[in-house]
Amino acid sequence: MFAYIARRALQSVLVMASVAFVAFALFQYMGDPINQMVAQDASAAEREALRRVLGLDRPFYVQFLVFLKNIATGNFGFSFRVGSPVAQIIAERLPATLELVFVAAMFALFIGVPAGVYTGLHRHGAMSRFMLTISLIGVSLPTFLIGILLILIFAVLLGWLPSFGRGQTVQLGFWSTGFLTTSGLKALILPSITLGLFQTTLIMRLVRSEMLEVLRTDYIKFARARGLTNRAINFGHALKNTLVPVITIAGLQIGGLIAFAIITETVFQWPGMGFLFITAIQFVDVPVMSSYLVLVALFFVIINLIVDLLYFAVDPRLRVERSVSAH
Amino acid sequence: MAALLEVEHLRIEFPTRRGTLVAVDDVSFSIDEGEVLGVVGESGAGKSLTGTAIIGLLEPPGRVAAGEIRLMGRRIDDLPYEEIRKIRGKQIGAVFQDPLTSLNPLYSVGRQLIETIQTHTDLSPTQARTRALELLQEVGIPAAERRVDHYPHQFSGGMRQRVVIALALCVNPKLVIADEPTTALDVSIQAQIIALLKRLCRDHGTAIMLITHDMGVIAETADRVAVMYAGRIAEIGPVRSVIKEAKHPYSHGLMGSIPKINDTKERLDQIEGSMPRLTEIPPGCAFNPRCPHVFERCRVERPELLDAGATRASCWLYAHG
Amino acid sequence: MKTWRNLKDLIRRFAGSDVFFSFKRSPTVVAAFLLTLIFLVAAVFAPWIVPHNTYDVASLNLMDARLPPAWIEGGRATYLLGTDEQGRDVFSTIILGSRVSLLVGFASVILALTLGVALGLIAGYVGGVTDTVIMRVADVKLSFPAILIVLLIDGVARGVMPRDLHDKAAVYVIVLAIGFSAWIQYARTVRGLTLVEKNKEYVQAARVIGLHPILIMFRHVLPNVTGPVLVIATLGLGIAVLTESTLSFLGVGVPPTEPSLGTLIRIGNNFLFSGEWWMAIFPGIFLVLLVLSVNLLGDWLRDALNPKLR
Repeated sequence: MFAYIARRALQSVLVMASVAFVAFALFQYMGDPINQMVAQDASAAEREALRRVLGLDRPFYVQFLVFLKNIATGNFGFSFRVGSPVAQIIAERLPATLELVFVAAMFALFIGVPAGVYTGLHRHGAMSRFMLTISLIGVSLPTFLIGILLILIFAVLLGWLPSFGRGQTVQLGFWSTGFLTTSGLKALILPSITLGLFQTTLIMRLVRSEMLEVLRTDYIKFARARGLTNRAINFGHALKNTLVPVITIAGLQIGGLIAFAIITETVFQWPGMGFLFITAIQFVDVPVMSSYLVLVALFFVIINLIVDLLYFAVDPRLRVERSVSAH
Repeated sequence: MAALLEVEHLRIEFPTRRGTLVAVDDVSFSIDEGEVLGVVGESGAGKSLTGTAIIGLLEPPGRVAAGEIRLMGRRIDDLPYEEIRKIRGKQIGAVFQDPLTSLNPLYSVGRQLIETIQTHTDLSPTQARTRALELLQEVGIPAAERRVDHYPHQFSGGMRQRVVIALALCVNPKLVIADEPTTALDVSIQAQIIALLKRLCRDHGTAIMLITHDMGVIAETADRVAVMYAGRIAEIGPVRSVIKEAKHPYSHGLMGSIPKINDTKERLDQIEGSMPRLTEIPPGCAFNPRCPHVFERCRVERPELLDAGATRASCWLYAHG
Repeated sequence: MKTWRNLKDLIRRFAGSDVFFSFKRSPTVVAAFLLTLIFLVAAVFAPWIVPHNTYDVASLNLMDARLPPAWIEGGRATYLLGTDEQGRDVFSTIILGSRVSLLVGFASVILALTLGVALGLIAGYVGGVTDTVIMRVADVKLSFPAILIVLLIDGVARGVMPRDLHDKAAVYVIVLAIGFSAWIQYARTVRGLTLVEKNKEYVQAARVIGLHPILIMFRHVLPNVTGPVLVIATLGLGIAVLTESTLSFLGVGVPPTEPSLGTLIRIGNNFLFSGEWWMAIFPGIFLVLLVLSVNLLGDWLRDALNPKLR
């Protein structure tokens, strides 16, 4: 068990290191940030001066070390485009994205898992077929189109919900939350459905196929032969066995939500990190791009860690010390 | 006296798009209380399906197309799901082939025992746990107090099959259907498990339907034996009679394949050819293409079970006897 | 003559097969197949079948801009689904746009497939350090969502290339980015299947009689992985088309001079609030129909090739 955790930790460090390197390589080789920052007619001397100020004239490895030190201390540099510290820009936008992702994830889990269980158990039922068809349409609908359609229906035609922005937010320390106001909550509805729908259908299909897989196993047949009730078999035995693969994929998917938020935030002009990132790409704002990458990688590592811990809670085969199975 | 289990003219079908496959056809037998009935045959002969049908666990599209199954005089093959569920485990226990996969890996063996006990009885959790401990001791698990909280993967194959037997017997069913209970185990452990099953059932007066392809196991364990071939019963009778003087050419050939200690033969006898697939069962007697005694009637008309001395055989050789 | 008989034999075998049976049985799948076929034919012959050549800027008439679909008051019969803000016929832009989308989709699937199958075969067959390296890279990449990788590659291309060059190369960059983000699934599947096949007797036998490993892989292992790879590729085409349209919608995809379906939706989205819904909705409907048909085919193919699930 200890070896397992150590290996996973090493893997996390590896992921973080490679992402940090990619982020740094972006800094190093992507275009010339000076071009983005100075006026078209700036002289060579002015450019050189700015280069020195930003430390861009130092050797490669020194810059990488400085970069590592900086991101470790939360110093992500200055945005080429806006000119203010990246850490500050991101801190302003982080809560918006995380709240959106959280609501979307809950939506995906609380709809996706029960729907998957239902369609897995009632494989040939009319309702199951209907839900599967809907889910296939859900997989085929691009996120941005779902957003556009929802805006068209609920914001433009019906006028029930806002079409962009977070509504009113409340400042709790450094965290600005939309959970505490009616307009903030209303503003969350359409974006989180948009963001979560794809993951919902994915989780539903995954749970369904895992259920079908597990229901075919010998221990389920034996549980039936023992005369256990359907409820105990379906929910006690089958569902719990589907959890391990479901946790893996659900973990990955929730990580994916952070990335997919880019699209949703663009459609709803949601003032989050994804919106920031896409603007940064369009304007080649390298410090923002690379900080975003490092941050997203960090979230992934954290999510993976949580997934690992959940494994231990679910599967006794991992929990038990090796010595028992050895003798 | 009515038998414990009666199976009459059982027919199991699998509808496919190329037509209906008849996997078990016109199978009749009975098991008395406390009796051990062996069922032998090659894979695909329909022996496992028969066992599965008795506990109502045929997987769709497979279905009982005709016939009756009665337990203590009560018909059970047409019961609603909830009714047959209450019979499973409580009156008919089951042991399957592979102990490695028969237990849910995520729950401790104790929990799986307690759950089964509480499903069928009104025992409190503490009483159920005590009962679970007793059972584990009875099936010969050492240090049961400690082992009860262990998970299946912490047990060896033989120990797991003991747990499975404990699960099958935990509320004293009248009948246990043991489907190849030792096939997946080491040879050295097979005998122990069979002996355990036999001892427990004798102690509790439980009848056994022992499904296997191993005639040796049957010879040691069973009171009577049914030999199945291509979905039908070829011969049924007391185990001694079938082994010593099998009447049906197929079971005769099958017995010839058992090695005997004071035998000087270089090779064991074997039956030429192989059992036909379900889609290719010939008209008349299913065994006729391989039968050394085949004659015209065998190719046209299908034999019923006929009295053949000490046993009953479905073979036209005994049409006048 | 002989090949003809072989072909006939093949067709007869296919017509009697389980795959074809399950195809015939499901009207949805037949519809999806026909729809995909129509999309493909329309895409291939687009320049000859579109009513208006919208790439020809000279032929556009700003007087015709923002016309609604033909059946709505103010619409004109010549512009069936209306026109956009530059006076381009929406129906024509959709056909030409789906051509671009499908082109990017197919190209990136072929790239991902080639890369993934090759790496998977190598990893599975060679094993050892090669296997570990390839699968580690796949693991790290898998822990990142494809859309992020695609955006990143596109962003890098944007950074290192001058603007006008990037516009010209945009389609290739996107094909590269999508293809490169999708190879893992192929590699994993092929590796797994290769490991299974590798230890089967016929491959062992081929090795014993001294066939070259590469020959063994191509002649003996590859045919056994075509089924699953075909399924991944079909579903992958749907994903690739979706990814491309998403990028174009975000404004980092193909340039607006030769718009794909995603670009059209992006442009149309600006006019949604002013009531000119047809500019975004019609391309959207076509996009969904295209992806849905492809997904239906892929789904059915997966079930048909995997009888265990039936």
